[in-house]
Amino acid sequence: MARITISNLRHAYVPQPARPEDYALKRVDLDWNDGGAYALLGPSGCGKTTLLNLISGLLQPSEGRILFDDVDVTGKTPEQRNIAQVFQFPVIYDTMTVYDNLAFPLRNRGVGEEEIKRRVSAIGDMLELTPTLARRAAGLTADGKQKISLGRGLVRSDVNVIMFDEPLTVIDPHLKWQLRSKLKELQQRIKRTMIYVTHDQTEALTFADQVVVMNNGEVVQTGTPIELFERPMHTFVGHFIGTPGMNLLPCEVKGGKAYIAGHAVAAANAKLAASATGKLELGVRPEFVSFAKTGFAAEITRVSDIGRYKVVEARIKDLPVKLVVPEGEAIPEKQARLAFDPHHTQIYADGWIAGAPR
Amino acid sequence: MNKTYNNKAWWFVLPVFVMVAFNALVPLMTVVNYSIQESFAANEFFWAGARWFQELLRNPDFHASLGRQIVFTGAVLLIEMPLGLAIALCMPRTGPWVSVCLVLMALPLLVPWNVVGSMWNIMALPDIGLLGKGLNALGINYNYTRQPAAAWFTVILMDVWHWTSLVVLLCYAGLVSIPDAYYQAAKIDGARPWAVFRFIQLPKLKHVLTIAILLRFMDSFMIYTEVIVLTGGGPGSTTKFLSIDLMQKALGGFDLGPAAAFSIVYFLIILVLSWLFYTLMMREEAN
Amino acid sequence: MALELKNVTKRVGAEIHIHATSLVVEDGSFNILLGATRSGKTTLMQVMAGIQRPTSGEIWHHGKNVTGLPVQARNVSMVYQQFINYPMLSVYENIASPLRVAGLGEADIKARVGRAAEILRLTPMLNRKPSELSGGQQQRTAIARAIVKDSDIIFLDEPLANLDYKLREELRDELPRMLSGRNAIVFYATTEPHEALLFGGSTMTLHEGRITQFGKTSEIYREPNSLLSARVFSDPPINTARVAKKGKSISVQGGSTWPLTAEQAKLPDGEYDIGIRPHHVTTKKEAAVTGAVKGRVLVTEISGSESIIHVDTGGRTWVSQSHGVHPHKVGEQATLHADVAHALFFNQQGKLVA
Repeated sequence: MARITISNLRHAYVPQPARPEDYALKRVDLDWNDGGAYALLGPSGCGKTTLLNLISGLLQPSEGRILFDDVDVTGKTPEQRNIAQVFQFPVIYDTMTVYDNLAFPLRNRGVGEEEIKRRVSAIGDMLELTPTLARRAAGLTADGKQKISLGRGLVRSDVNVIMFDEPLTVIDPHLKWQLRSKLKELQQRIKRTMIYVTHDQTEALTFADQVVVMNNGEVVQTGTPIELFERPMHTFVGHFIGTPGMNLLPCEVKGGKAYIAGHAVAAANAKLAASATGKLELGVRPEFVSFAKTGFAAEITRVSDIGRYKVVEARIKDLPVKLVVPEGEAIPEKQARLAFDPHHTQIYADGWIAGAPR
Repeated sequence: MNKTYNNKAWWFVLPVFVMVAFNALVPLMTVVNYSIQESFAANEFFWAGARWFQELLRNPDFHASLGRQIVFTGAVLLIEMPLGLAIALCMPRTGPWVSVCLVLMALPLLVPWNVVGSMWNIMALPDIGLLGKGLNALGINYNYTRQPAAAWFTVILMDVWHWTSLVVLLCYAGLVSIPDAYYQAAKIDGARPWAVFRFIQLPKLKHVLTIAILLRFMDSFMIYTEVIVLTGGGPGSTTKFLSIDLMQKALGGFDLGPAAAFSIVYFLIILVLSWLFYTLMMREEAN
Repeated sequence: MALELKNVTKRVGAEIHIHATSLVVEDGSFNILLGATRSGKTTLMQVMAGIQRPTSGEIWHHGKNVTGLPVQARNVSMVYQQFINYPMLSVYENIASPLRVAGLGEADIKARVGRAAEILRLTPMLNRKPSELSGGQQQRTAIARAIVKDSDIIFLDEPLANLDYKLREELRDELPRMLSGRNAIVFYATTEPHEALLFGGSTMTLHEGRITQFGKTSEIYREPNSLLSARVFSDPPINTARVAKKGKSISVQGGSTWPLTAEQAKLPDGEYDIGIRPHHVTTKKEAAVTGAVKGRVLVTEISGSESIIHVDTGGRTWVSQSHGVHPHKVGEQATLHADVAHALFFNQQGKLVA
């Protein structure tokens, strides 16, 4: 278990990086506690896998340092860093049994057979692999194989951090949520530092205590799932997290108040935005838009019934707005009035939340 | 998947059918025909039944040739398979040297087979050849035209030079297709290079190795051109393999019957052994 | 009655991939095939398209028997999960390919490709090759190729499965718009109930080669005809329990007794299987009539706006999905409240009775 510090890290895949675009990973500084669950969330190509491979040692960074417990491990190999990694597709040793697969890392380190038996049984129990221990690993289903991959990381007692690189990619959709919960359960039980890379916000938000949202090689925001949901620092975070994503409406700020299409609307940071320049947008999540007696006049264009809630698409003048309506609540036919929750309405200037330091 | 029926495809295949029938089926049937009959100058035929087969199988000459052939094929497989795999493991998988290595490996395969025979023939000559003169200069009494051991040595060396590249290229293709993640996981698990070979590379190469062994087995069992140009089957008949024996019988005498019987037996040996080997490999796979 | 399947089956060797299926689908409808992997969605679509031939049964389209007709002779198009495009052709040529096969004139092709590219927002990329495009753009090219030729039936086999989560959402929003204004029958296969609900239209739930239910999406969601259909149409999986009803209450396995609504009390006494969706099991008592689910917390998953709590009720695991953040510690005892009014009752024959 280790505290992980990432300092001034940058990485380029080209040998002589000159311009900022050459860097796959632009400057990253992170500080993570021991035993926590972390997620790197972002779309394809945002640099999350690069960052993961730099932490695990499979890649050497172009610049910067990585420290485990204040010890500089930047030059060390993955084996020397004592990490474990679960890949996108199950990586198992086909010719060995499940037991031998789990014992493999211990045997390579010279651990005695008695101790191996004890640890493998414990891990097999935790992962519900006990009935299959004697079977050939190649015969298991995809989620069984991923559990073996995970198990190989868990059997070692000296593991500093366990990394997951989009581990649920090949799992059957109806088994995904099961394995996902299992991973969360394990993390809460054994409290080892775990880093989970994904493009799926549900996976990231349900697994991690702290989520690092990335885009284009940069960290956009780091925070708890609640922080990211309730107070996104950047419109990208607002858009990327939440189903559906945040509503963004162009607005103006005059005299300390925000105006959309001529109507005033209360925003949490309206006063701070008074001196903001650049493209101004008002962001409010569909969960915080509701039908009200007074408010913006809107026309309802589409209603989708998701079962536990409904997604209503409406238009204020010609600006599209989505709102989430709980099951059972009535929805007007065509015309309605919409209100935004002022505590959860923010003004963004050029993408960044107005008034907060970058 | 049983696709919807489309008749027109059969018409396209018809010309190929006719060609294959003409070039393969008809001659094959002719050989079978000759093997069960006795003929004088291919004009008059008398039924011989299994006589040629019986004579052949009792012929000590045939046994000797078969024995030599089995030893040769065995030696060649034992050397070329591990050597080819070892070379493939050493070849780089990325970078500028990849194409250079691939071209170097492909070169021996591009040389016409009779040229291969001639090359080694001249190179192994004890008085003017690089190999022959070199070995003799080192103090080894080497003359492949007189010594059976030297002849065998030269024939096997020639085949290894000629065909190991095929094994190398097949194994290399197999190695390149193993995803990086396996090597990364092995690194993380602390596996030594030998363990990586045994638990990752070898299992993943199973199919490729099966193909390589089958190909080399069939080709080496039928080897003719290179050997005939190099040693002519000699000295004496010490490197007279099955195909050379067959050719001498077929073209030497005018007895087509025994030669045809020989051909059929030859064909069946290869067929049965290949089938046996393939089934064994596939059954192990299914388990 | 645009497309009709009469007792269609598909057998491969000893396995039955599609059991006897009869189906009637109208022009202009959006039909979702919902089921787990290997439930038969792809096989059924390929049989309907004519790529595979049914082992028995007939397929009728617009009054004609098309069972033996190969797919080339039918006017259908298909979009796959893997982005299938001709790698050597430009995006323009890719979209134009079915029209060229049909022998349309250049002017006609240009107009149609232009229209399709505009709908799919591909106009700036018409000259590029598929390998130069992102995953989302490649899939749009495939969809453009499918809609350009005005097919009678459009098949989409999990087209968004290989895309990033957010990209999937965006394309999903746009897909109805892309396919609107046509009289074609659309078939869309997916494993996610969420997606089915977002699209609306009609849904057929598939399980092991059988269509268990077919109807308007929101209807079959609210009224599944069997526990099996309810299971297929639930993510996270629906909570189930076997109960014994007596009078105005039911006793649930594990000991507790739950009250019933007036309507439910009218059911005949006896054993039933009930299903309650996770979002009707909450941490705070919100509904009028609730039953208590007591157990040990196994894991708490908190996304920004809701909490999913898994509780071990002595053998069974119940899942609750509540709005808001409720951080429960692992191992602590918790009581969840199940909204009995929304419980689905299935009788011994597996049919929905309440």
